[in-house]
Amino acid sequence: MSKIFVIAEHLNGEVEDITYEMLGKAKSLGGDVIAVLLGSGAKDMASDFAADKVLYVDSPELANFNPEAYCKTIVSLVGSHTPNIVLVGNTSQGMDIAAGLSIDCNMPLIAYASDVSEGSVTSQLYGGKMSVESAVEGDFIASVLAGSFPVDAGKGSGAAVEEVAAPDLSGLKIKFKQLIEPEGGDVDITATDVLVSVGRGIQNEDNMEVVQVLADKLGAALSCSRPIVDSKWLPKTRQVGKSGLKVKPKVYIAVGISGAPEHIEGMKDADCIIAINTDANAPIFDYADYGTTEDLFDVVPALTEKL
Amino acid sequence: MNIIVPIKQVPDLVEELEIDSSGKDLDREWLKFKVNEFDDHALEEALLLKEDSGGTVTAIALDGDDIDKALYAAAAKGADKVVKVTGIEGNVSNHEAAKAFANAIQGMGADLVFTGVQSVEDRDGQLGVLLAHYMNVPHISVVTGVAVNGDSVNVTKEYGGGMVAEFEAATPIVLGIQAARETPRYVPVAKVRRAMRSTDLEEVSAGDVSVSAGSSVSRMFKPESGGGAEMLSGSAEDVAGKLADIIKGKI
Repeated sequence: MSKIFVIAEHLNGEVEDITYEMLGKAKSLGGDVIAVLLGSGAKDMASDFAADKVLYVDSPELANFNPEAYCKTIVSLVGSHTPNIVLVGNTSQGMDIAAGLSIDCNMPLIAYASDVSEGSVTSQLYGGKMSVESAVEGDFIASVLAGSFPVDAGKGSGAAVEEVAAPDLSGLKIKFKQLIEPEGGDVDITATDVLVSVGRGIQNEDNMEVVQVLADKLGAALSCSRPIVDSKWLPKTRQVGKSGLKVKPKVYIAVGISGAPEHIEGMKDADCIIAINTDANAPIFDYADYGTTEDLFDVVPALTEKL
Repeated sequence: MNIIVPIKQVPDLVEELEIDSSGKDLDREWLKFKVNEFDDHALEEALLLKEDSGGTVTAIALDGDDIDKALYAAAAKGADKVVKVTGIEGNVSNHEAAKAFANAIQGMGADLVFTGVQSVEDRDGQLGVLLAHYMNVPHISVVTGVAVNGDSVNVTKEYGGGMVAEFEAATPIVLGIQAARETPRYVPVAKVRRAMRSTDLEEVSAGDVSVSAGSSVSRMFKPESGGGAEMLSGSAEDVAGKLADIIKGKI
C-alpha cells in the first residue's frame, strides 16, 4: 500500500484549509495517510486531522514557517520514512518546500496539481488555460493548488501522534522576525453583498472610472485581481485571490478578469458570478454563472445605465 | 550587493494557445513569447535595490529566440552586465533550466539572486527554489520587499489574506520576487537599440545539465470552456439589460 505524506500548513496559529484538502485527497487514494506537522507547542493542531498517523516535529525554530528550517526538517523526514507520494500545497509556504525536496530527495515534482492519482497528476498551467497530465513512475511529489479538493473530507478525529526529533537546525541563515497583519482598508471587501471586480482587461488607470461608476450605482465595493494592485490602481486590501482575500458576496461581477487559478481560489464560492471578458476561452467562464464576451467598455456603461 | 537576475521567456497568454499534433505540448510554431512578467518584477526590484544601496545587476538568460533582445532591454533598463547561457536551448524542464543557471552563476560571486516567483510553465516546480538547491544556498519565495541591512537582507514574504512575514537572511540567497516596490519600468525601443550597440553580451556555457523533471507529459488539453456559465447573447445593450435583471433578482 502507498505511504502518502501530507505536509500540514499553518499560519498565525491556524491550520490552513489546504491541509484538510490534501488529507481528504490522500484518504481517497487509499493509502496510508501520514500527516507531517512542524511547529512549537503545536501538537494539538492535528486533533481534527483525518489521517492514519501524524508525525510531529517540535522546535522553537519551527514555531513559524521558515523556508530553510522547514525544508531541512521535511527533507530529513522524507529521507527516513520514504513515502511514495508527498502532497504539499502549491502555496506561499509549499513553494518553498516542494522544489527543494524534489532535488534533495531526488523525487520528481509535479506542480500546480488540481488532481492526483497513482502514477498521474493533472496540473493547471498557462494561467489555467491548459490542463496538463503528467505520467510519473515511482515515488513523486505533487504541489496541490488550493481549492482543488473539499475541505470537509480531510477533517476527522485525529490520529496517533508520533513525535520525531528535529534535525540539527543550528546555524540557520534565515531568521524569522515577525508576522505582520494586513492594515485595515477603507473598505472590507469580504463584508459586502456585491463586488465589482476588475482585472487586466481594464487596460489603464484612466479606465478605472468605468467600473467605479458601476460599483457606485450598485452600492458595491470595487475589488480586483493581482495586476491591478501591482500597478497600484487599487490598494492591496481590494485584492481577491491567493495572496489577497477570499470573498463570498451574493453577486461577483468579474470585469476583464481571465480567471487564473490564483484568482479563482479567492472568489469561486460567491453565490452568483458574472463574467465580462472578450476572450471566450478565458477560464473565468468555467466558474461563472453568467457570461458575456461583449466588450466591457460597451457592456459596463450600458449596465450602469440600466440599473 | 552583486545581484543576478535570471530571465525566462514564456508564451504570451494574450495569444490563443493551440495544442500540437502530439497532443502533449503547445503548438509553438506561431506562439508569441515574452519575458515572464514576474522576472520583470525581479529585475525592477534588483535595479531599485542597486539605486538605494549600490552594487551591480547582472541579467542572465538561457539561449533562445529573441533572447538577445530581452537581455539588451534589461541593459537599457539599467543592468550592468548581460549574460547568455549557451549550449541549452528550446523547451527544457525547469530542473534543467535551473541546473544550467546554477552552473553559469557559479563563480559570479552572487550575493543575491532574484527570480520571478513563478511562471506559467512551471510544471516541474518553480525555477528559483530549484536554482537555490542546485546552488546549495537558502531561498525565500513570494517576496514583496527586500532591504539591505549590512551584510544581510531583510525580506518580506507574502501569505494569503495580505499577511506577510519578515525574515532576516544572510547572503548569498535566492529570492522569488512576487512584486517589485514599483511598477517595472518601461524602456523605449530606441533605448534598447542604443543598448544593443553599446552593450557587450557575454556568453557562458550551460555546462553539465544532466538532470530531469522525472516525469513526462502524457496529455495536454483545454479545460472545458464555458462549462459553468450561461453565455448571454445579443448586442452589448441586450446583454446589459439581461445582466441588470439578473443582478436585481439577487440583491
